[in-house]
Amino acid sequence: MKLNKFVILLGIVVLAGLAFIMSSQKAPEKAAGVADDKKVKVGFVYLTTPGDHGWTYAHEVGRQDVIARFGDKVETTYIENVPEGPDAARVIRDLAKQGNDIIFTTSFGYMDPTLKVAKEFPEIKFEHITGYKRAPNMATGNIRFYEGRYVQGVVAGLMTKSNKIGYIASFPIPEVIQGINAFGLGLRSVNKDAEVSVIWVNSWYDPVKEADAAKVHIAEGADILAQHTDSPAMLQTAEKAGVYGFGQSSDMKAFAPKAQLFSSVNNWGIYYINKIQALIDGSWTTGEGPDHWAGNTWAGMADNFLVLSAFENMPDDVAKAAQKAADDIKSGANKIFTGPIRDNTGAEKVPAGKTLNDGELFTTLDYYVEGIVGKIPG
Amino acid sequence: MDALVLTVILTSVPLILAATGELIAEKSGVLNLGVEGMMLMGAVAAFAVTSLSGNPYFGMIAAACAGGITAGVFAIFALGLATNQVATGLALTIFGAGLSGLIGAPYVGGTIDGLTVIVVPFLSDLPVLGGLFFKLDLLAYLSILMLGLVGFFLNNTRAGLILRAVGNNHDSAHALGYSVLRVRCVAVIFGGVMAGLAGAYLPLVLTPHWSEGMTAGRGWIALALVVFASWMPSRILIGALLFGGITIMQLVGQARGWEMPSQFLSMLPYLATIAVLVLISRNRNFALMRAPAHLGRIFIGTK
Repeated sequence: MKLNKFVILLGIVVLAGLAFIMSSQKAPEKAAGVADDKKVKVGFVYLTTPGDHGWTYAHEVGRQDVIARFGDKVETTYIENVPEGPDAARVIRDLAKQGNDIIFTTSFGYMDPTLKVAKEFPEIKFEHITGYKRAPNMATGNIRFYEGRYVQGVVAGLMTKSNKIGYIASFPIPEVIQGINAFGLGLRSVNKDAEVSVIWVNSWYDPVKEADAAKVHIAEGADILAQHTDSPAMLQTAEKAGVYGFGQSSDMKAFAPKAQLFSSVNNWGIYYINKIQALIDGSWTTGEGPDHWAGNTWAGMADNFLVLSAFENMPDDVAKAAQKAADDIKSGANKIFTGPIRDNTGAEKVPAGKTLNDGELFTTLDYYVEGIVGKIPG
Repeated sequence: MDALVLTVILTSVPLILAATGELIAEKSGVLNLGVEGMMLMGAVAAFAVTSLSGNPYFGMIAAACAGGITAGVFAIFALGLATNQVATGLALTIFGAGLSGLIGAPYVGGTIDGLTVIVVPFLSDLPVLGGLFFKLDLLAYLSILMLGLVGFFLNNTRAGLILRAVGNNHDSAHALGYSVLRVRCVAVIFGGVMAGLAGAYLPLVLTPHWSEGMTAGRGWIALALVVFASWMPSRILIGALLFGGITIMQLVGQARGWEMPSQFLSMLPYLATIAVLVLISRNRNFALMRAPAHLGRIFIGTK
């Protein structure tokens, strides 16, 4: 017995020693940058498949931009249909073990798994999309989606005849609430009578449910539809019923040539290219974000992170108004969340002259603005 | 209002189709829990064939075949090899979900032209009713027709009597000289064909898409509907419309700004199903009398 214990103890000491030697040998390899002759390996984790023609498709376009820009200097890998939650950690860890130098995880629900794996692999860079938790080797990036939704609100307000707008939403998280409220502010900037009703489908991608919600909105009298879900089902339903709508994440014109007014297109390629270039140059940092909540990088239309597709199926004067709204946001003349802002009970939430800062956009928007019907669930 | 009622009817059609098929299988004494898997196989077959051929009716036929073949797999195991029906059915659901995802992968994000509305002459001119019941697609008409035929078959034909006999006591039926396995095999495959058509309804009518797991639990609701209906065809219709109605009502409630958590509203259809099941089961004798006595029991024939 005594001998056994001694052998085990010895074994542990030897193993620990080996591990120490190996880890200390590995560490200096990747101090800064990537050597010229070495390919940069880039991993992507996708929520659905690029075939969703929405959120993940936009990320896939970004990955293609990376390949077009760097050619054979990069080697990209993507894994699709990765469920959000603890299981994602396994997938991310796999990508890390395969020797990827930088890994982009492209949905909010990957936040904790990404952080966990980032701590296990301090020499690998992680980029989490839309989250707010960070580490020295884990940065976050996001797009100001709400800017496009403000322009959608302007177009909806000018186009609607029934003054009823139907909005299909996924989950009541800050990004979605910002979008609904920006839409409402845009709408009310041109039309004081129009109202938005919101249906929450509690899913990012469920074409049948999205179509059902669209049908209900139309039956309730809505003549303009907007969505914060990922499939083109809503636009297809709109096309069939002869009403109008806005596309999400990618240009969805092909699905609804007569119904799509425009799409807010997420242009991730520019972000990916910047970060990969920084990695190659050895200048990669998480970057000092504007705010704890908003992330290290939070850019919108001014930086081409968000692009609006062509204004179609609308009269010229509406298209002009939309262009002006977009230009004002780009130039910074319109900061969107500037007071006075009232909630839908009439209470003043933001006094005149004050503009919500990035952090406040995440922490203080627990109400619907004027023009939105109902209450935020949960 | 008309448009809402029409949406409710359309939402109910796949439930009616799948539940009608499962009713026949269960009446023959086979509990096939694989409805969800068979529906998914039907949905992916319908989408793939329609997108390749451009003709949704080919898609419909393909869906029926896919559902039937999937049910055939179940029949080989549960009937031929006498495996546990519950375990086999569950396996079939998981298998169907996986295989349909694999087959459907290249079709994600594509779109098709689905079934068109067939207007019944004269009847469609009726006020209100005409627009609701006589301007539907082929599968919707078929669902009602099949439900009626199944009711007639079970209660008014000799073959229906044999089917019920097999389901109520397979030993007696066997002793009388009926081929228990053959009857059950046909019943299971009929169930599969109907489930396949139910699945086809999603991409062909409700939304012209394919996405993995797009049936989202409708197969399980269809299974519950059969018990809900206490194995009576007429009640399947009521149950399906009730379920469809609640599904749509929760969306309407949100659109109109009823102050209730949307998560709770999303739960309502399932809550209603459980509530009705509890109510029905209160009268145990009634439930027992209606249920096929040998439901889920394994039959091993003697030569």
